[in-house]
Amino acid sequence: MASVATSGTAPGPPSRARRWFSGFRERETWTAYAFLAPWFLGFIFLTAGPMIASAYLSFTNYGIEQIAGFSPTESVGTEHYRQLFNDDKIRLALKNTFVFTLMMVPATMVVALVLAMILSRIGRAAGIFRTIFYIPQITPPVAAAVLLLVLFNGQVGLVNRALELVGIQGPFWTTDPSWIKPSLVILSVWSVGGTMVIYLAALHGVPQQLYEAAAIDGASAWRRFRDVTIPMISPALFFTFIILTLAGLNSFTEAYTAYFGAGSTGADSPDAALFYAIYLFRQAFEFFNLGFASAMAWLLFLISITITLIQVTVSRRFVFYQGGQK
Amino acid sequence: MSGRWIRLAGFVGTIALSVAIMAGLASAQSDATVGKAPAATGVASRTLNIYGMGGRDDVAQGRLDFATDALGSTVEVSNPVNGFNDQAFLARLAAGDVPDLVYLSRNSVGTYAARNAFLPLANCIRSQSIDTKQYRAAALGEVRYKGQIYALPEFTNQITLLVNQDVARAAGVAMADIQTTNWKRLRAANKKLLKIEDGRLTRIGFDPKIPEFFPLWVKWFGKDLISKDGLKAQLNTREAVAALAYTVSLINDHGGWNRFKAYRDTFDFFGRGNPFARNQIGAMPFESFIYNVFADNSPQIDLVAKYFTNRKGGPITLFSGSGWAIPRGARDQDLACQFMKAMTSVEAWKKVGKARFDLRKRQGRAFTGLYTANTRADVAVFEDIYQPIGKKAFDDAVTLLVRAPRYGFAIPLSPASAEFRQAWIDAINRVLNGQQSPRAALDQAQREAQTAIDKAK
Repeated sequence: MASVATSGTAPGPPSRARRWFSGFRERETWTAYAFLAPWFLGFIFLTAGPMIASAYLSFTNYGIEQIAGFSPTESVGTEHYRQLFNDDKIRLALKNTFVFTLMMVPATMVVALVLAMILSRIGRAAGIFRTIFYIPQITPPVAAAVLLLVLFNGQVGLVNRALELVGIQGPFWTTDPSWIKPSLVILSVWSVGGTMVIYLAALHGVPQQLYEAAAIDGASAWRRFRDVTIPMISPALFFTFIILTLAGLNSFTEAYTAYFGAGSTGADSPDAALFYAIYLFRQAFEFFNLGFASAMAWLLFLISITITLIQVTVSRRFVFYQGGQK
Repeated sequence: MSGRWIRLAGFVGTIALSVAIMAGLASAQSDATVGKAPAATGVASRTLNIYGMGGRDDVAQGRLDFATDALGSTVEVSNPVNGFNDQAFLARLAAGDVPDLVYLSRNSVGTYAARNAFLPLANCIRSQSIDTKQYRAAALGEVRYKGQIYALPEFTNQITLLVNQDVARAAGVAMADIQTTNWKRLRAANKKLLKIEDGRLTRIGFDPKIPEFFPLWVKWFGKDLISKDGLKAQLNTREAVAALAYTVSLINDHGGWNRFKAYRDTFDFFGRGNPFARNQIGAMPFESFIYNVFADNSPQIDLVAKYFTNRKGGPITLFSGSGWAIPRGARDQDLACQFMKAMTSVEAWKKVGKARFDLRKRQGRAFTGLYTANTRADVAVFEDIYQPIGKKAFDDAVTLLVRAPRYGFAIPLSPASAEFRQAWIDAINRVLNGQQSPRAALDQAQREAQTAIDKAK
């Protein structure tokens, strides 16, 4: 105050940092941070901490002896990262994961959107169908994986029996390498309920007058869907696109249970179902190469970040936020 | 307003903390000591912590009681019902909560032994005067690494051929042709035994049980998949390639792996409607425990047990099973040693063998013997306790099983057991799926396995 009086100059707007600090004079700010604290602590200790630890471990020989404290943890330099490029199984696992994700993401989005649009139009019965469509979402993935083996059995499975009724000879879904990933995609699409609910909420948020205006202008149903519905729900579509892509890149439970874990004999392990997360798990907890597994985890993280950044960049041209810019 | 929120947050925090504490206490109670009650004074002076002993039947529980008694009344045995899990074991090592004794599959011992996570048992064997000659040599071979024994073997599964006489008769195949000595005759028998109706496989002829039993088919030539010291993979030998090509041809006779596996996946080996009872299979090699299951569930089936034979006609059988090991860092290694000695002793096996025999007699069920890694125990149970069931198929099978272990072999312990096994299993799957030739697949497996072994040794 004194300096203002002596200099005679008008005070400038407070800096962002000063505004942030001044907020702590208010009791509500402390309360807000108290409520946020559990998340911050969880993030620091359960996410950021392990991530930093795994970054360090990826440059070491970390394994059973080091875990138990029998031998010191020693640096191996970039050996594990070089090994990533020399391991044939890494390439195979990445290819499987990408192919699965490329099939699963659009299939899930399309089916979820179709179901959501149907539900948004059927009135009173919507509640019942919403529950029915959502039930698979709460089915434990392990149970779903076991179900996959039963339903998709090439000889006696219900899926092939149903196809036979319409004259189609179904494939050997669970044994033919060409059909293993499609069957896992179908299993993912089956539990589409979560995505469907997001789209349903987004559809309810589309202003009705936009449809009415479009109808007055003579827009067909398809034009209304393309030029009104899609732009208006594009934030929801974009959100699920990113979430599903990340889920696809991290796919583990269903494939592991059906082909590598409890649901299998342990000796089936087809190459076609070897997803990246499964190979990472095996390196860490079956082969005990925890340093290498950490390097694998970082490679997956970098791939996920890169894909997400590309999606965010590209999305700026397609996602419409009400009140914002296209 | 804000004060109220802070009080609410404090209350919620207190509730959460209380729930966490109560959950912790409940968890501690659920992990409570099992096996033996504390000493009469109510205070146990020593505690033996065991990990890895999962589901327990009368035979496991009986020996557990026997071994607990052998430790004396001042010892408490903590033995939660949890099967061995690599992740959980690693977590315990990381937390410094090292069990005194672990129970696990013998084919996992090598991985831990090579990484110094288990103690060699030389001192234990010496101090407790454990006679290692009582254990089957092949079973000991599974737990020996660089000349040291790292576990005491317990149960043993051995492989014999199960032949369905009903199917053989119906297909007009002579029993003499369902054997493994002459591969040409076996293939011809396989083609007659299998049945494909309306494009559907409705009966498997001869299931070679690959990938699991591939080592047995290579042993047909007298060869092993790995050197005796477990340090040199031998996956792409001429013999291994020939064995893989032959066994895959047996499967392809059924119309290919996809059809074969899809049909086999529908089998329930442990129920009354097992594939032998339903005549869905002609013959296959199988682990010895299945006779017990069949005797219980479908004693009427007309099966014949035969040895898996090598190319000279001599019997061979592949061993696998469980064992006891002491992790490095175990607090009470003496107790652990005493306990596993008692668990694998002839006396323990005889006690539970008699108890099971009596129990089954009361229930009107058959007793088909116990098959362990202890030669003397098996002989004692067979000679002193076992009585013929009165069903020729099963009585003959028991006689065969009692003799079988002398022809047993096991896959030598390797420092990268898990990766080694995975390498050859993956190779076989690639061939079965038509992705690679046997030669190319086994060449790749050889590279993968040897790289893993070299890194681990």
